[in-house]
Amino acid sequence: MTGFLQNTFNGLVSGAFLALLALGLAVIFGMLRVVNFAHGTVYMLGAFGAYVLLDSAGLPFWWALLIVPVVLGVGGMVLERAFIHRLTRLDPLYNFLLTFGLALILQDLVKWRYGVQSTPYATPSGLDGTLDLGLFDFPAYRVFVLGFAVAACVAVWLVLARTRVGVVVRAATERPDLTRALGIDVGRWITPVFGFGVALAGLAGVLAAPMRAVNPLMGSDLIIVVFAVVVIGGLGSVFGSVAAAFAIGLVQAWGEAYASHWPIVAQITVFVVMAAVLLWRPTGLFGREEMAA
Amino acid sequence: MTTSRFRISAVLAATALLAAACGGGGPQGDSGAKISDNKIVLGVLNDQSGAYAQLSGKNSVKAVELAIADFKAKYGDKAVTQDISVETADHQNKPDVANTKAAELYDRKAVDVMLDVPTSSAAEKVADVAKEKKKLYFNISAATTTLTGAKCNRYTFHYAYDTYMLANGTGKSTTEQGAKNWYVLYPNYQFGQDMEKSFSAAIGAAGGSVVARDAAPFPNTSGDYSTYLLKAPTLNPKPDVLGTMQAGAELVNVVKQYNEFKLRDKGIGLAVGLMFLTDIHSLTPDALAGTTYTDAWYWNFDATNRAFADRFLAATGVRPTFAHAANYSAAMQYLEAVQAAGTDGADAVIKQLEGKEINDVFLRNGKIRAEDHRVIHDAYLAQVKAGKDVAEPWDYVKILKTIPAAEAFRAPSPDCHL
Repeated sequence: MTGFLQNTFNGLVSGAFLALLALGLAVIFGMLRVVNFAHGTVYMLGAFGAYVLLDSAGLPFWWALLIVPVVLGVGGMVLERAFIHRLTRLDPLYNFLLTFGLALILQDLVKWRYGVQSTPYATPSGLDGTLDLGLFDFPAYRVFVLGFAVAACVAVWLVLARTRVGVVVRAATERPDLTRALGIDVGRWITPVFGFGVALAGLAGVLAAPMRAVNPLMGSDLIIVVFAVVVIGGLGSVFGSVAAAFAIGLVQAWGEAYASHWPIVAQITVFVVMAAVLLWRPTGLFGREEMAA
Repeated sequence: MTTSRFRISAVLAATALLAAACGGGGPQGDSGAKISDNKIVLGVLNDQSGAYAQLSGKNSVKAVELAIADFKAKYGDKAVTQDISVETADHQNKPDVANTKAAELYDRKAVDVMLDVPTSSAAEKVADVAKEKKKLYFNISAATTTLTGAKCNRYTFHYAYDTYMLANGTGKSTTEQGAKNWYVLYPNYQFGQDMEKSFSAAIGAAGGSVVARDAAPFPNTSGDYSTYLLKAPTLNPKPDVLGTMQAGAELVNVVKQYNEFKLRDKGIGLAVGLMFLTDIHSLTPDALAGTTYTDAWYWNFDATNRAFADRFLAATGVRPTFAHAANYSAAMQYLEAVQAAGTDGADAVIKQLEGKEINDVFLRNGKIRAEDHRVIHDAYLAQVKAGKDVAEPWDYVKILKTIPAAEAFRAPSPDCHL
């Protein structure tokens, strides 16, 4: 029983990472109809940002948690204004190529400057111990990551559900033309929303630095799973993406724990789940008809 | 009459010119084309931008250049030729690219000997090319034992290490030192599966047992190993040591999370199948403190190694990994063999190399076995120091013991027919 709870807890921690990444991806897709292929690279930049702040400025983890998402978010807004914005009226393929190209360029720049070897990043002091959760001990940092990610997801949900900004963003996501007809300047909201999605990916990167290998390829490995998660949840559905992220985290952790003699299970679960969900609901769990067209 | 005399003198002049061109400078100067194209070209084929770029990569090219400079300084005018150069290419760890690049280097760049070639699958392809073209190939940084087994051939030599040496060193020594029960975690692909088999055999032979073995997904897209790390303390009997066969970034993930779950505090030590100095550098010694592994060479082992490491540091800014030192040594031994043979003809050079006993900066009690072209030498059981014990940059490990050459490597394989 304890073992099962531990594995469940771990699945939720993995799910928390996926949720932060999928959330950003879903918000960007919902508002801009842009499939952001540079999302994994931003996650990597987040982790490297934390490393650079510590290494060259001596700024610890907590500062990185604050500074890195803001810097990356602003960078994202600049990119949106400079490039993505100009392509939204064209075939979506153009933005796909643009973000894919950006991902390759950014990844190579990091490779060129820092090499391919992983760079060290220690668990922040204060969180490097274990926490007694009653039935079992668990690394304090993992508990923190889970709590932080859940709080971030709830905050995003509250903003979308309860504030005027949220109403506009949701309306613009559902029916951009209708929203525009009501006299709301949808274009004004696009840039900050893109920046926000990028900042979330950067945040996930900072959180990953103490527990994952920080190297230029870390994002490209993970992003395939994140795309699968967003598709399972339903393209454009913010709630669906978060729910699917936690579900996939759990399924993967259980797969590794209880099918360990068959490692391929853990490797392909996410895609099997994706295929099954799409057969049953072509728009994903919480997707809307219009998106599937 | 005039025409034929002119023709004869033209032929004579051309022959003289040709002879002069072929002989130029070497000790066999006037006896014809002993050195093909009158130059020696060493090829370094490796990964220059991917996962293995740091542990070998461009710095291996630098190591080979150091060897050439040392060779020229040693022999001066008596060197078999003054024209010795390096050609290099990036194989991106892809067997098909390695295959094409190797053929191109041998044919178009006139490479006489291929060096380095990490990534077992790529290394095997190059062995095929070397055999087909009857050109020499010294593999340094690939681990597979097939190079001296089923894939062995007359033109291929395997230099620094292999999976048998790693397992025999770490698996056997750690078990003998009291860690009887093992939990082996390996990536689910060729290298990991080979390592798991070699380790299980070595642990069993030393009187230990593998309590559990798990194949982790490869590549592990989630980057998470917590399931396995949580399982370790619950196994019965409780393992004394976790043996991880992961490499590169995956090794970094395992070690980071091993520390997160505080397994060392729970009495489960860490043994690493394959690790390079650059891995310790990127993880920091603190993350690995107390971890044992087998090293083919260590830069601060003695004065000879240290002198080489100082020169290497001056040239590259980093301390050499064992792959760098082995590339230097292989280049040097090749040039020495050419010097002794007086020709770069592959068969004459092989005759010089087979059975040769060597002591140099890399090879200690080294011998090039004639039976399978395995280069055997002393190996070392190493332990990572705690951060507070690291007195100078890059001096990360303590050598626990030397594993004599004859014990470190397997006996010639019956699968190998040169």
